[in-house]
Amino acid sequence: MVNFYAILKKEMGSYFKSPIAYMVIAVFSVISGYFFYSLFALFGVMSVQSMNNPNMQSALNITEEVVGPVFSTMSILVLFMTPFLTMRLFSEEKKSGTIELLMTFPIKDIEIIMGKFGACFLTFLVMLTPTIFYQAILFILGKPELGPVISGYIGIVLLGASFISLGILISTMTENQIIAAVVTFGALLLFWIIQWGASFTGPVFAKVLIQLSIIEHYQEFARGVIDTNDAIFYCLFAFFFLFLTMRSLESKKWRG
Amino acid sequence: MIEVENLTKYYGNIPAIEDITFTAEKGEILGFLGPNGAGKTTTMRILSCFMPATRGTARVAGYDVFKDSMEVRKRIGYQPENVPIYRDMSVSAYLNFVAQVRGIDRRERKAKIGKAMDECGITGVSGKLIGKLSKGYRQRVGIAQALVHDPEVLILDEPTIGLDPRQIHGMRDLIKNLGGQRTIILSTHILPEVSMTCQRVVIINEGRLIAVDTPDNLMARLQKGTKILAEIEGPPDDIMRELKGMPGVTNIEKKDAKSDNTFTYLIDSTIDRDIRKELFATVSKNGWLLTEIRQIDMSLEDIFLKLVTEEKD
Repeated sequence: MVNFYAILKKEMGSYFKSPIAYMVIAVFSVISGYFFYSLFALFGVMSVQSMNNPNMQSALNITEEVVGPVFSTMSILVLFMTPFLTMRLFSEEKKSGTIELLMTFPIKDIEIIMGKFGACFLTFLVMLTPTIFYQAILFILGKPELGPVISGYIGIVLLGASFISLGILISTMTENQIIAAVVTFGALLLFWIIQWGASFTGPVFAKVLIQLSIIEHYQEFARGVIDTNDAIFYCLFAFFFLFLTMRSLESKKWRG
Repeated sequence: MIEVENLTKYYGNIPAIEDITFTAEKGEILGFLGPNGAGKTTTMRILSCFMPATRGTARVAGYDVFKDSMEVRKRIGYQPENVPIYRDMSVSAYLNFVAQVRGIDRRERKAKIGKAMDECGITGVSGKLIGKLSKGYRQRVGIAQALVHDPEVLILDEPTIGLDPRQIHGMRDLIKNLGGQRTIILSTHILPEVSMTCQRVVIINEGRLIAVDTPDNLMARLQKGTKILAEIEGPPDDIMRELKGMPGVTNIEKKDAKSDNTFTYLIDSTIDRDIRKELFATVSKNGWLLTEIRQIDMSLEDIFLKLVTEEKD
């Protein structure tokens, strides 16, 4: 536990003593802010129009028109941003050779991995915090339901944890940070669009593809539904890739 | 303290080291000598538990480096080649991190870090970023990092590489001071370094062990005679004839001339005889002038070259 904490602290230090974390957080905040602004402004325009149209008025719902889409667009941004958070975790240590010292300290591989995962996950949570202000604005100016906001955050946190675990695995495989970022992004995108194949394959395979899709499971959260099936998918996803990360670190023992 | 037996490591089909066997006693400074690519780093990486051997065993303080890796790791301090340490951390933050993962109790941490910094002479730069330090200081931080938990065994891979002569001198003194209580293994391809700091030498070449012994023993073993250099002023032909007639002299070589009448002579004699007194007597008897006389010891360089070429024959 002490070791886990030591690694976590060191990694947090290198995120926040370098410009990486600040840049990623800044870009994420600006773009997610713009998404929020446009969705909210559109809702405002529709509200004005609905004053002359009673039918439209009943259909207008701030939760469905703003909260849901904000979470959907946020997930795309998370897809773009996480590779930049995970790319350096092991690649940098490999490139600078510090991995040699790290692996000869009396700490277990799992403590190193969890420490790095924890630091990246905390940075990810810090990146999400500014979006709480957007939700606060909604609650001040309108009356959205609280449930979907909470489920949306649970969904995005699970999504982030899964993305990070895959990113860590890729960063153990190369000492080049750019390669780590590109491959992570590609792998995540593949998991994102994998269900497209479902429309032209057999019914059984189609079901598998849909189940594998990292975004299908997220849609429910964004809509305000917490399904244990979806939550378990993300937990397994993260667990599976962290397990592979351990194997990847161990592989140096039998590879020359 | 350290027992290495038939250690072999293959990278793919290429052997990096083959059948290396040696031991190091407690408190001994053992030098690892070999040209670049001889397998020094590979051996050290196996000893430090960074990677396993293909064959053979290595034990540190009785623990096998592969089976009881954690026990071994607790007992060694390791400084890899080129001192890979986090450049974006300050010296004190880095040592604090190392102390933490080395399992040093929070209450003892400050004292132990202070002691390691004192020993390595880096107390003055504790607040600086490691990336901003000079190479000499960074090497010292690397050693402080290996020392902080007061290990029984120190493994230093090329601790003086890339330092300027003054820094190298300081580093050697530091290593000598660290010996005594601790077993130290250090690798180098600089020959004089070994005779200056180490009690015993392991010489490897192309992955194979060539010799393990003290520098003095190695010299005695390979030195078949004594060599004396003398600078004598006088007629060279007479000198050559007279000296050849001296008992115990096996060979004389006339080297470069200092002036018309002054030459340097290299005189080989049998190992059991010191011919210096007789030489002096002969020279003064003939009325020549002796301007320099000294015994030439076989340098470690000669020993190394000799061993490596003997191996080839």
